[in-house]
Amino acid sequence: MTVEVRVPNILRPNAGGEASVKAEGETVGEVFEDLVGKYPGLRGSLLTPEGEMHRHLNVFVNDDDVRYLGKLDAKVGEGDVVTLMPAVAGG
Amino acid sequence: MARYDNVLDTIGNTPLVEISELSPNPRARVLIKLEGLNPGGSVKDRAAKSMIEEAEKNGNLRPGQRILESSSGNTAAGLAMIARVKGYPFTVVVPENVSLERMKLLQVFGAEIINSPAAEGSNGAMRRAQALAREHPDWWFSYQYGNPANPKAHYEGTGPEIWRDCPEVTHFVAGLGTAGTIIGVGSFLKERNPAVSVWAVQPPAGETVEGLKSLDEGFIPPVFSDNDGYSLLDRSRVVGPRDSIEWVRRLADVGIFAGISTGAAMAGVARCASEIDEGTIVTVSPDGGWKYLSTDVWTGDLDDVADRARHELYF
Repeated sequence: MTVEVRVPNILRPNAGGEASVKAEGETVGEVFEDLVGKYPGLRGSLLTPEGEMHRHLNVFVNDDDVRYLGKLDAKVGEGDVVTLMPAVAGG
Repeated sequence: MARYDNVLDTIGNTPLVEISELSPNPRARVLIKLEGLNPGGSVKDRAAKSMIEEAEKNGNLRPGQRILESSSGNTAAGLAMIARVKGYPFTVVVPENVSLERMKLLQVFGAEIINSPAAEGSNGAMRRAQALAREHPDWWFSYQYGNPANPKAHYEGTGPEIWRDCPEVTHFVAGLGTAGTIIGVGSFLKERNPAVSVWAVQPPAGETVEGLKSLDEGFIPPVFSDNDGYSLLDRSRVVGPRDSIEWVRRLADVGIFAGISTGAAMAGVARCASEIDEGTIVTVSPDGGWKYLSTDVWTGDLDDVADRARHELYF
């Protein structure tokens, strides 16, 4: 599966300066592996040293938070948009 | 009860209205709690009253002491109103890109307004207020993002009201700002019935003002992290301005005139309704539409309005 990964400003320097990059995989974990292969500088922002998803990184597949869909095991489909997002506050 | 000793006693006990005709699933009922009917015009009256009265009780807020807060408008309005009634001076840091009506409303209650840069959003306003709090240790900083009295207002008020009026609730959907509503109501409902599913809706972060670095800084409100918000939630979704505005317009079909964050909540409700087999979904409308009339939310071209909403804070 090819997905589009949207990269927030803060991570762009580690992703070749791109706002959006293509990556391959059947799950979020596989997409991350593919991304880290292309952009090794992203590893520390996406994964903990133990290989878990970073607790304070929000990852959305088509706007749905993967924390509640199996985290790195969350499935992705062809053409899905994977958005990396920091937390946000309102009020 | 329809007679009150004081306007502050009218905060809370808002109506819960069935709007199942807007549900995309005939087996999923939808009810919405109209918080815009609070006297200061939003759900934030509850947190404002709770924070002030808790601080009065524990001696952190003394007569005549200045209150300080940062807010994109609704908490500011609630605090300004209550501060005026109780005789406290009030200073608030507001991002300069909130709607005109929000600024005007604060002037009604005599708040001192300090603007923070639009590009820095709510987080920038909060940082400015934190700096002011350090410079003025004699002021009382209510700090809605980290004040336990904020979720407590919903744990003791909004949550029990929903349970009283709709014990058959299966799903609770609400926007995530300070996280006060979702933490307070979500915890209360799950204590009563652990099967209740709690879904959060949040605005897209980096998109609000594209290309400006400061908005990408993550901030997780202590109200959320201290209460283990990630474990409380069952689902969390991002809803963009276009979906929010479409839903705000649809709400007018059932006579509900609501603010843009209600549209975002309804977009979350609609997705929830289409994913479940059957159930009863309850959501919260944080405010009415009055404060957004100048933004042409209902009358402008949908693409133009959605594009403008990217530059204006509505949560």
